Amino acid sequence: MIRLLLAGTFLFAWMSASTDAAEINIGYLRRTDAKSTLSLIQTPAANDGLAGARLAIDDNNTTGRFLDQQFSLEDVRLEGGADAVAATMALAERGVSLVIADLPADALLKAVDAGAPRKLLFFNVGAIDDRLREDECRANLIHTAPTRSMLADALAQYLVWKQWRRWLLVVGSHAEDKLYGDALRRSAKRFGARIVQDKVFEDTGGARRTDSGVVQIQRQLPVFTQGAPAYDVLVAADESEVFASYLPYRTWDPRPVAGSAGLVPTSWDASHDQWGAVQLQDRFMRQFSRRMTARDMQAWTAVRMIGEGVSRTRSADPKVMLDFLTGPDFALAAFKGQRLTLRDWNLQLRQPILLSDGRMIVSVSPQEGFLHQVSELDTLGIDRPETQCRLK
Amino acid sequence: MTEKRSIGRFRRRRSSRFAGIRNRLLGVGIFVLIGGQASAFTAYVSNEKSNTISVIDTDKFTVVKTIKVGQRPRGIGLTKDEKFILVAVGDDDTIQVIDTRTYEVVATLPSGPDPELFTQDQTGKILYVANENDNTVTIIDLERRVPLGEVQVGVEPEGMGLSPDGKTLVATSETSNMAHFIDTETRRIVANVLVDARPRFAEFKRDASEVWVSSEIGGTVSVVDPAKHEVKKKITFDIPGLRKEAIQAVGISITRDGKTGFVALGPANRIAVINGATHEVQKYLLVGQRVWHMAFTPDEKYLLTTNGVSNDVSIIDVANLRVIKTIQVGELPWGIAISQQ
Repeated sequence: MIRLLLAGTFLFAWMSASTDAAEINIGYLRRTDAKSTLSLIQTPAANDGLAGARLAIDDNNTTGRFLDQQFSLEDVRLEGGADAVAATMALAERGVSLVIADLPADALLKAVDAGAPRKLLFFNVGAIDDRLREDECRANLIHTAPTRSMLADALAQYLVWKQWRRWLLVVGSHAEDKLYGDALRRSAKRFGARIVQDKVFEDTGGARRTDSGVVQIQRQLPVFTQGAPAYDVLVAADESEVFASYLPYRTWDPRPVAGSAGLVPTSWDASHDQWGAVQLQDRFMRQFSRRMTARDMQAWTAVRMIGEGVSRTRSADPKVMLDFLTGPDFALAAFKGQRLTLRDWNLQLRQPILLSDGRMIVSVSPQEGFLHQVSELDTLGIDRPETQCRLK
Repeated sequence: MTEKRSIGRFRRRRSSRFAGIRNRLLGVGIFVLIGGQASAFTAYVSNEKSNTISVIDTDKFTVVKTIKVGQRPRGIGLTKDEKFILVAVGDDDTIQVIDTRTYEVVATLPSGPDPELFTQDQTGKILYVANENDNTVTIIDLERRVPLGEVQVGVEPEGMGLSPDGKTLVATSETSNMAHFIDTETRRIVANVLVDARPRFAEFKRDASEVWVSSEIGGTVSVVDPAKHEVKKKITFDIPGLRKEAIQAVGISITRDGKTGFVALGPANRIAVINGATHEVQKYLLVGQRVWHMAFTPDEKYLLTTNGVSNDVSIIDVANLRVIKTIQVGELPWGIAISQQ
């Protein structure tokens, strides 16, 4: 009864707020400092992520036409060290209550906590840190980006399925490389792989592109991987883009590379064409004249989740939205061959993870035979019994 | 080239004698079923991966011919006069027209980009096509083979169901999660009904009392009242030992009397048998892997299903609700149509 009353109130609020069409303005918070990559073709576009959100706005509006709902996006770019809190408050002042955030973990938490008293609901489309879903989880923060542990588990399942159980692990020297290294070690233990050697690749600085080119790299990398115990696959953790992309074809022993180069676990890839994905890839290409990245997909997914919430509940209220998205009636179709749902204990989106070699999708995890009592998607990442998240 | 063709003809002559007799009978305008061999119908199965159509003799239940078609054939149907097979070849952005006597592609239809499923009106004069890449439904004059118009619908239209009186077309859009009710006379949308995620197929009961819409990702079938435009019942599926994500409703067939419905459950590898009156699931029939679509023989004795991953077609004995045979076809079979004569 109370729920009904509440629903009635929201409906009333909705109708009084807009007499004709409902307008839903979504905020998009992002930093502008682009990451530099070893491979030129992986340099992110200026609208990386944002383009995915824009496409989902169009998709929502095609549907919204029939329901009198109009979606729009407000792009907020934080230049350099600009304050995420101030930007959040400014969005709240303008009546925005649903925010897509592509920010590093610390900045994201600041924005999310600043938005909490104003009842803002955030969608994390960029940060893969497990801590945002664990000890530092937030009740107003939904994650469409997968976690490092999900990515590592997806890769580990495939390598174990392939019987490549002996890993040579090479981890970069930066903080996020170490986090990814930790996730990979956890996955190895979980799925029965053995790390035969655990090496660190020190970042000694220097430019990513030089006129002298690959001559030295060709000599350095074989030596670096020389003398390793017998192994099946080299697994690299290099989120900082220092060395991993140099590894394929340069290891002392002829072995495949996986992790941050070679076979890479990802939420999306431009080559993914199964389960109707071609339609989405085509739409994206037509509109933006470039290929769709994982970040684009994570943003698309977040905006589509909002679209689903609004069309099903006829409300854009963050509380109604969150209840719907964590409830039994929510299931998102996102070209991954099965429904995507939210883990209600930490608000992480369950999703299959693609394994890409850069040109093709090699496989999609979870792998066959990795079973789970609730959802096989929960074999990827930190599961409910292990979680440290307590949503308040 | 000539030699190849003549071999093709020779095989054709030998393998489909009944079709030959049928055509001759049709030629003098006599519509009779061939006595004794009443079930000699022909089934056409589109093979999405091998770019072919497998022709199945439903008397012997064997593949008698394989027709080469364009890229990625999926939606398939026969013209009302059964002179032509229509097959949507999505990656060639067209619908190919194949002569049922020569099995040669004789024309293409201006279907719009990436056609997937289509349906015809009762007279066989008008074809309605879902253009998945373009958020439109294209209307085609089948006789003149020209487009008559298009209707803007939701994102990624796919399922196309026409009411028995031809007045209402239901198009489902996969990313908008809607069943759009279109007035075929005015070509305008009269209602939009939200259903579960990724609706892929729409099928009317013959008495027009209900239209069933399957949701692949939602894993349900919505029974929609076509007069009120409301979901009056949602059919759910619960198969012990199978996780929810594997249950993905796709193709639907309902018997003429409306008493029994069949729903393909995709990677659950099963056909659900549903009581048409109570909408309760009576039984699950294990067929091949990733079952997509299905079609009855005209006598409704058999139901043939296309099993995408196992590259075969299952034959269901409709009266006894049993799978009696499996036929190997091309790679990744998807759509199916069966001749009525």
